[in-house]
This record gives sequence, structure tokens and C-alpha cells, in this order.
Amino acid sequence: MTNRTLPRDPYNIVITGVGGQGNVMASRVLANMLVRRGYRVTIGETFGMSQRGGSVMSHLRVSQKAVWSPQIPKGRADLIVAIEPLEAIRVLIEYGNPGVKTLVNMRPIYPVGVITGESDYPEDGQIRAAVGELSAEAWFLDATAEAISLGNPILGNIVMIGAVAGLAELPIDGELFAAVIGEGMPAGRVEANLRAFAIGAAAAGKG
Amino acid sequence: MPIDSSHGAGDEVLLMGNEAIARGALEAGVAVAAAYPGTPSSEIIETLSGFARPGKLYVEWSTNEKVALEVAAAASFAGLRSLCVMKQNGVNVASDFLLHLVGSGTRGGMVLVSCDDPGALSSVNEGESRHFARLVEIPLLEPADFQEAKEMTRWAFDLSEELRTIVMLRSVTRMSHASGNVRLGELPSAGGSAAFLCDGPVTDAERGPMISAPVIQKHRLQQQKVAQALKRFETSPFNAYEGPARPELLIVTSSACALYSREAVGLLGTRDRVGILKLGTTWPIPPELVKRSLAAAGRVLIVEEVLPFLEEQVKVLAAEAAGEIGIKTIQGKNDGTLPMAGELNPDLVACAVAAILGIAPPALPAAYCDTLRQYAALAPRREQTFCPGCPHRASYWSIREALRRDGRGGFVCGDIGCYAMASLFPAAGFHTAKTLHAMGSGTGLASGFGKLGGFGMEQPVIAVCGDSTFYHAAVPALINAVHQQAGIVFVVLDNSGTAMTGFQPHPGTETNAMGDRAPVVDIAALCRAIGTEVAVGDPFALRETRETLNDLLERKGGVRVLILKQSCALSPEKKGKKGFLMRVDEGLCRGDACGCNRLCTRIFRCPGLLWDRQAAKARIDEVICAGCGVCAGICPVEAIRSEEAPRL
Ligand code: SF4
Ligand code: SF4
Repeated sequence: MTNRTLPRDPYNIVITGVGGQGNVMASRVLANMLVRRGYRVTIGETFGMSQRGGSVMSHLRVSQKAVWSPQIPKGRADLIVAIEPLEAIRVLIEYGNPGVKTLVNMRPIYPVGVITGESDYPEDGQIRAAVGELSAEAWFLDATAEAISLGNPILGNIVMIGAVAGLAELPIDGELFAAVIGEGMPAGRVEANLRAFAIGAAAAGKG
Repeated sequence: MPIDSSHGAGDEVLLMGNEAIARGALEAGVAVAAAYPGTPSSEIIETLSGFARPGKLYVEWSTNEKVALEVAAAASFAGLRSLCVMKQNGVNVASDFLLHLVGSGTRGGMVLVSCDDPGALSSVNEGESRHFARLVEIPLLEPADFQEAKEMTRWAFDLSEELRTIVMLRSVTRMSHASGNVRLGELPSAGGSAAFLCDGPVTDAERGPMISAPVIQKHRLQQQKVAQALKRFETSPFNAYEGPARPELLIVTSSACALYSREAVGLLGTRDRVGILKLGTTWPIPPELVKRSLAAAGRVLIVEEVLPFLEEQVKVLAAEAAGEIGIKTIQGKNDGTLPMAGELNPDLVACAVAAILGIAPPALPAAYCDTLRQYAALAPRREQTFCPGCPHRASYWSIREALRRDGRGGFVCGDIGCYAMASLFPAAGFHTAKTLHAMGSGTGLASGFGKLGGFGMEQPVIAVCGDSTFYHAAVPALINAVHQQAGIVFVVLDNSGTAMTGFQPHPGTETNAMGDRAPVVDIAALCRAIGTEVAVGDPFALRETRETLNDLLERKGGVRVLILKQSCALSPEKKGKKGFLMRVDEGLCRGDACGCNRLCTRIFRCPGLLWDRQAAKARIDEVICAGCGVCAGICPVEAIRSEEAPRL
């Protein structure tokens, strides 16, 4: 078990992706783990029309003492978890700062404008450069590829939550994840989730 | 992980604001809950439906907000506690009954929850429901965190029952859809029993008929009830002050703005200079409490969304009490310190506070800002569109083709639901949908346009309407169009549920809010009964749909109805299951050389179809493609191939 104090209070996490990637579920699972550890967590979510291909963003505020606003102030994210690379850049532009750590799943989901050839999707190298320069530390994962090998691309969100645990910034681990994910999920699906979490934790692990 | 019966009193759990409101209602012993779905309010009823049990809790999705309020009121009249839930503009729909309900009074505790949407995050308006509380004169509460959302809802029932009037609780998207820790309370065990006592005289609140007359007498009575509410408000724990005893600046705020204000003051490091008066009871505001805070303060800033509702109340109070508390400078919306449109956030509040105090707003290091600027344009916009496999894309495609062939400049009157995206994002509806207003208004507008032929208007008019919207408010407009003989084509985009808000049942579905079987009110039968001809089709059959539409457009006469039936791509029976395995035959796809000018990806724009720049050909993205098979009918050279997917 990693230490139980937060690097900062409130500790601000942005989980971002595209509608349909399991963004909301990821934020709920992570928040539930932290609530079980005794923290006060606020999740702010924008998901009105998100299921229809828009950008999705959840703001998590983790605190030992208070309820924080569901919107993180601009430039105040401590950790950005991007299930889609373009969204990592979008969120860094708004919430980045010299101390932010960023986890990126490198599987792109193309905006309609890119599909139609009206706009360009930045190249892999450009994304890495931008995320690298705007973050104190950055990790690039192939969470969707890992998830597909586990049989379901949607598990990419859980790989990313595993990666958050791997950073060892927050007091969460596989055991706690197993307890939370087991609630209200058929046993048959739990196993793949546990494996996804472990893959992510190892990918971002510090050794 | 929504709350269910496995959670007990004393547990601290993570709840969405809407779940906290539902839990508060449960702890208050709510017996009847009725609503019409609307983001951001829908999760309240969804949560409650998990607790529905005969004799304990009845839950329904009503056909519209006015009916929902009537259903809930009946329960109150019969002595039960009842809840009615809607989004902000739903209150407009319910308001006629609401006005009269205030006149008649209530019996069992009755609470109206309105979830407003400052910033229009999932609405086509930024309407504010708080003004209805003042308009019809009922107590208004606004929770400012998750625990409070639960406690306040519970208390609202007590207050309503004490005063014998409906009480309104207003949430906002950033509360309703946010989540936080909530400690649960006890759930009452006994169920209620219902009886409508109505054998007394008209003035007997407990046994008389429930009517708003004699009007003047009942109106006065309501004003006495509000005065009684004010007494409670003066000492309510939902109003709290934090900060120095004599603040340089006093912020008066409510709802999510209380959290923004606290954050802003912290960011600026001005906790010793700025005090925050958070009001939970916001109409009417408790005058003594507010006066005390004003008297101690130097300047005053009102922080609220969207219109200056608190601000105006505070200003009136400050003017009336000027002799007592001195003359105060009150800033907020009217002087432009904070914007009067759009939602607020901690940064906007911090900038306003910084400007008033004459200090610098929080900023990032300059070097970092330079790097930010360098990458600011790197991420292209992510435009919203119909889901892969959405029946609406197919329907609008056929409408586009039909209108092009028709050639008289016809257009679509849009309506509220997922298919509103056709009006909001023109590319999604292939530039066919040209109006968008309230629920059912597409049909009403079409009814009007359909009578303009006598003034030389030759453009054909198509009204589209979703299945849920049909029952909600389109029926009266359709009846009007039939009776007035308006020349329109009325297209029902029937995707078998209220897709936009998460598949709530409606009168056309076989189950109700509690999961029980329910009789279906058949749209086609209803249309035929009011005297229209009805064609029914499958929007995925592109050619047939287009031909039917052209045929209907050419016919003379009044209302012609086409029902396009195909369930939503995200519906439980379809989600994750592909009907077809798709591929693009690279040999057939002519790429840029094709005369189609990338019809598939540039115009049709299903996210499951990619334009592969290197190969300069179309390609299917198997992760995104929902396997609906529709695009196979788009490609003029039939390069997009479909093969029936194996059944799992
Ligand atoms: S949720 Fe259903 S109806 Fe709405 S855009 Fe997606 S597929 Fe279409
Ligand atoms: S089959 Fe074609 S139209 Fe249907 S979801 Fe797949 S790519 Fe889109």
C-alpha cells in the first residue's frame, strides 16, 4: 500500500475521452475507490450529449477535508487521464500547468471533421511533443490495444485507471479496485476488468 | 453505482446530485413520483424507480410535465407525499397547472424539483425556473452540495406539509450531474394510505374541494403561507455565513455558485477579507439574516446563475433597509461584474473578486503560457453528430434526397430529441432542418407554414417528431394541422424510447417506469383516428424511404404521415451487437477519382466510415462501426459491402 496522504489537497484529476469510451464509468470507479479510503470526492461531469461523439470530461476533486467545486479552476489539474490523445491536448490547454502529470491512451478516435478530410489529426510525434512539453511527466499507453487483446475495447478505460494506480500518487491498488468493481458487476466480467487494471498499473508503474 | 436497497443508514456513499435528491425523497417517505425526462433531471426518477413497490412507492414517466405535476398533485390531495421532477423549461409546460395548484393548496407534502441548465450544456435554452417560484409565490430552495441536496429535499416535504403548499427545489446541471459523498439516513418503513377527503366546504383546507377559488381569499392565504416560510428561513441551517466578522467584501450566493465562490476566495488567498453568505432558501430571501450580513460588510457581490434573481431581492432589501444598515454598493449581473448569460465557474468568480479588491487574478507562469499558445490550435474541434448506426442519420439522408429530387426548396421543421442535432449541427442533418424550438413546436410551426400556400409559398414542409415528443406535445399541433388542412408531411422518427435522455419508457413502449408491462398507445392508430393517411417504413431501407417521401411530398391535400421505425443504436437490444460486418472493397472504391466527391465520408459522415488519406480510399473503423449496414446503400459503385453478422 502506498502512502495515504495526498500530494496536494485538493488533488485535481481530469479524466477525458470521447463519448462511448467509458469515461463516466472510469471516473465513478476511481472516485468510489477514494471514497472507500475515506476521502471526500467531488466529480463534475459534462455528459449531456456526450454519447453522441462529443468530448467528455470528468473533474475529480479529492480532499481530506472539504467538498470542492465540480469544476477545477483553469490551469489547476494535478493529473490528466486521457483515454483519447486529442482530448489530452485539449484538456492540457485549459487545465495544464508546469506540475501536471499526464497519462495518454494513444488510440485516436477521429472527429467527424477529420473523417471527412476537413481538418487534420495531429501526428503521433506532434501529440507526444505537445503532451511532453505541457506536462511535468507524461506516459503514453496503448490501452485500447491491450483492451482488445482482453476481448473488449471499452476496457481501455480500466487500463487507464490501473495506470493511475501505477503512478502511486494516490492510495489505491488492485485489491481496492477488485472490491469496488465487484459491486454490481456480474462475476463473469470482473476477471477481464482485473486484468485490464493490472496491465495499466504495470505500464505506468515506477518499478 | 447508483444507490439501491443494499445501502443502509449511516453509510457514506458517492452519490450524484440527482441520486441525493432521490434519496432525500425516499427518506421523506415519498409515495408517488412523476416526471417527464429531460437532461439534467432524469436520474432522479430513474433512481426512484429502483425502489418502486406496490403500496409504498409509485413512479411514472408521464406524457409531459404538466401531466406529471397533476399526477403528483392528486397524490398530495389524497394525503400522500409526492414528488414531481422536470428540467427548467418543463416548468413552463407545467406552469399553468402550477399557478392553480398554488391557489388550491396541497395536503400531503409535495415537492417540485426543477433542474436548470445554466450554460445550456444539454438544452436549447438557458431558461431559469427560479422565477416561477416568485411568479406563483412558492418557497424556493437551492442545495449547494450533495449532502445538502439530500437533506434539503427531505426537509422540503416537511415544509410543504406544514404550509400546505407545494415547495420548489432548484438544482443545476453542475449539481445534478456532479457527485460527492453523502451520508445516508433512515428510510421510513410504513407505507402510506390514500383517501381524498372532499365532503367539506370550499374554505376547509383539509376536507374541502381542491380549487383555487375564491381566488382573492386563496391568494391572500398563499401569501400568509410564504410569510410563514420566511420565519423558517430566518433560522434555517441551509443558510450559512463563513468568513471574517466584518468582511471587506461580502459574497451572497447559492447553489453550485457557493462552491465556485469558496474556491475563488481560496485561490486568491483572500479568506481574511471576503465573507460568503450562502443562501439555501432563495425565495423569498430571509430579510433579517441578509440585513445582518449586509450591515457588517463593506461592498457586496452577488454570485448566481443565470439572471439577477438574488441580486434584485438583495437590492430591494438593501434599499428598504438603507436607514438601518447604511447605503451599500451591490455588484453582480446588472453592472456587468459577472456575465448574465452562460454558466459561471471558479475562474469567472475569482476574476470578479480580484477586480473588486484590486488584486491580480491567478495566473500561470509566462513561459508555460507561451508553450500553451504554441499548441492551442493543435486539437481540431470534435463536432457532435448522430451515433454510428443511428436511424436518424438514415432518415435525414432520405429526407435530403427526397427534397433534392422534389426541387421546390422544401425544408424540415425540427424538434427536441437526438434528432435536434440536425438543426443544431447542420452537417448532421444534411442541411435540411431549419427550425428548432420547444417540444412539439416543429409540428405547430409546420401547421402554420402549411397554410401559407395562399400567400404564394410553394416550399414543401416536413415536420419531424420523435416518438416521445409525439405524445408530449405534438398531438395537439397535429390535430390542429389536420383540422386546418395544413399541407404538410409529418414524419415520426420512432426509435422506440426516449433515446436522448437514456431510454425512458413512454406511452409507445411496452413497459412503464417501474418495469411493468403497460398498454401501448399506437402512434399509427392515433394518427389514423384523427383522419390522416399513414405510411410506415424502415429508415434503413434508404431507397423505399426516399420514394415514399417523394410520393407524399407530391400529393396534394392536408397532413400526410410517415412513421419511420427503427430502434436507437444505443438501445439495450442493439448496443454492442452488429447486424452486419462491413468492409470497403478497395478494388471497387475509386477513391478521389470517383465522381462522388467522397459522398460517404464528406457528406454522409457516419463516424464508422473513415477516409484513409494514404490509400485515398474509404475504410470502415471496426471499433466504431455499429454494423447497421446503411452506408452500403450510399456508395454509387457499391464499394461498401455488407455481410450479415453471425448471431451470437
Ligand atoms: S442515442 Fe440513439 S437516437 Fe440518439 S444519436 Fe445515438 S443512435 Fe441516434
Ligand atoms: S454500417 Fe456504415 S453507416 Fe452503419 S455504423 Fe457502420 S459505418 Fe456507419
